[in-house]
Amino acid sequence: MASFGLEIPLRGYSYGTRLFLPATEIARNQSIPDLLDKRLVIVTGKGGVGKTTVAVALGLRAASEGKRTIVCEVSSQENTSRMFEHAAVGFHEVEMEENLWSISIDPDESMREYVLLQLKVRAMRDMLFRSRIFNYLAAATPGLKELVTIGKIWELAQLDRKVKSGRKYDLVIVDAPATGHGVGFLQTPRTFASIARVGPIHSQAQQLDRFITDQENTGTAIVALPEEMPVNESMALERDLRDEVGVAVDRVYLNGLYPERFKKEEAEKLSALAETENGASRAAARAALSEFGRARSQRQQLARLKRGVKAPVKTLPFLFEPELDVEAARKLAGKLG
Amino acid sequence: MASVGEVLEGKSICICAGSGGVGKTTTSAAIATGMAAQGLKVCVLTIDPAKRLADSLGLAELGNEARRVDPALFEEQGIEMKGELWAMMLDAKATFDELIARQAPDEESRDRVLNNRIYQQISSALAGSQEYMAMEKLFELHTEGGFDLLVLDTPPTRNALDFLDAPKRLTQFIEGKSMRMFMKPTGLAAKVTGRGVSVVLGVFKRLVGFDLIADLAEFFNAFSSMVDGFQARAKRVNSLLADPETCFLVVCGPQGEPIDEAVYFHRKLVEAKLPFGGVIVNKVHYPADELEAEVDDLPAALAEKLGDQNLAKRTADNFADYQALAERDARNIDHLASELRTSCVIRVPYLDEDVHDLHGLTEIDRYLFASAEERVEMAAGRA
Repeated sequence: MASFGLEIPLRGYSYGTRLFLPATEIARNQSIPDLLDKRLVIVTGKGGVGKTTVAVALGLRAASEGKRTIVCEVSSQENTSRMFEHAAVGFHEVEMEENLWSISIDPDESMREYVLLQLKVRAMRDMLFRSRIFNYLAAATPGLKELVTIGKIWELAQLDRKVKSGRKYDLVIVDAPATGHGVGFLQTPRTFASIARVGPIHSQAQQLDRFITDQENTGTAIVALPEEMPVNESMALERDLRDEVGVAVDRVYLNGLYPERFKKEEAEKLSALAETENGASRAAARAALSEFGRARSQRQQLARLKRGVKAPVKTLPFLFEPELDVEAARKLAGKLG
Repeated sequence: MASVGEVLEGKSICICAGSGGVGKTTTSAAIATGMAAQGLKVCVLTIDPAKRLADSLGLAELGNEARRVDPALFEEQGIEMKGELWAMMLDAKATFDELIARQAPDEESRDRVLNNRIYQQISSALAGSQEYMAMEKLFELHTEGGFDLLVLDTPPTRNALDFLDAPKRLTQFIEGKSMRMFMKPTGLAAKVTGRGVSVVLGVFKRLVGFDLIADLAEFFNAFSSMVDGFQARAKRVNSLLADPETCFLVVCGPQGEPIDEAVYFHRKLVEAKLPFGGVIVNKVHYPADELEAEVDDLPAALAEKLGDQNLAKRTADNFADYQALAERDARNIDHLASELRTSCVIRVPYLDEDVHDLHGLTEIDRYLFASAEERVEMAAGRA
């Protein structure tokens, strides 16, 4: 990856340079060049599995390795900025920490930017933006919103940015929409290329499809939970991503794995205690038995997942913390394999 | 605090809504199973493309038609099933096709729509069409199905607003009045607004390619004969949603984010004047004060009883971790109840076993159909 160390810091969108206190050092287990040396990593999975946490953890990890990284959100929910306790970032590239930026990609803004880049004649652009019919057409064209969103992701990943004074990133991480919409989202360029058979957008859609399916530079990471149905769905998702979309699936992160705190003999002892005692001892014994049972069934799911997917499966521990904030993501960042 | 059975008394439609990953599909299936067990003829509809409902009901697959769940399955689980449980998985495209066939004045108009590429895109891919078709199927089953209760599992939209706005958005798109006017180059609009429009159209064509515009125009022309029928139907669907016999249940998890989304979703329901019934919080850690488990020196007490210092310490540490989660859950749920100004918050504990089959559903039903006091008792393992 190219180094930009000698360049004058780029000022994107007039945010100027911010100073950050040195972040807590991330204790790394091993480097993960096959994933973080790509230009684009798409983090996907069903709803509620911790995609945002994993996307931010990957971002923190890459940033700590000196990579200029941006985490893109496409749901307009500002989950990333909220994690950093930062004001909403909107459609701006805002630095969260040293080397780590965040943007929330809004389709309307992406559309606007796309038109700005496409139409050089100013009068024509102004007319288009003021025109109600243009907004109607843009809203009515199936898949156009998704297409311009992916277009913006592509633009962010370019070393030669199309946007004036755009920053160069080493790595773009996308917190993708929840599946089943996820596969559809990534398939948009291909679908669109087949609908719009002529014109500039046809070739642009094809270009985006090549970008998504360029396995050397673009990768995906699936986030799963160690439960029966999420594991089934992750296996199906990997198959669809490989066979239907044609992207590289580089990792499956099994998130929220309970520690194995108790042995079988100990569980038996605790079980006897839960039956004879009352109050706190009983409640504590029951909590321990729950832990034991979950840890065990989760390991069965882990084994099943490993058998069912081709990509390497890496586990992330369940964090016994009330809310998953940036410090929690930092803990996970060190455990990413 | 009521049980689900009380909340749904006299209702004919129950819509489970919430963000993805909070156990909506499982909750819908559990509610349907519980209500059927009480003697009703119930059908549960799911839209989830991941076939989770079929999994949880032991059905190999679900089609676009309601299928009855084999009564023998309940017997195997020792469940007394007084009524009937039916299930179906919505196929949005098939439902849309059926709807077109019903609304089209003749075969030719029907085929023109079905073969249009824009139609093929919106019927399977356009965000909102799944939601709209779910409403459509709900309406159809409500008027023709002969069920006492329909339970709808809504799609995992991250944005609750999408779900409620879907019918409106889609009919607006289909109506597309202003657009259709502009599609006809000789139409009134072209004369009134003049050259500006044709330039905009020209630029847009250059941006997205000619074919697309032609297809859109073709689509709106083909659809024009059905617009009135769609509008009338959409109106009836909307009044069904607002009917007092309809009940919206918000499903969420106890973490901050799903709670926030539940609050947001509830606000949308109120704004849309839709009947809110209550909220179900899944995977809750019950706190120790409800378990009457306060003690001064737990590790010492445990060590004495277990005769193993190390095990006692790990047990106590583990308990402290669980308690921290329980306190968070209690805080979040208090916040939820005060935001929603409701006492109808049904907490389903984080069960020791993963719920993915009929047995699991009946475990959940023990909580959904119990009173609040019974739930605490059960969570403490005393009942």
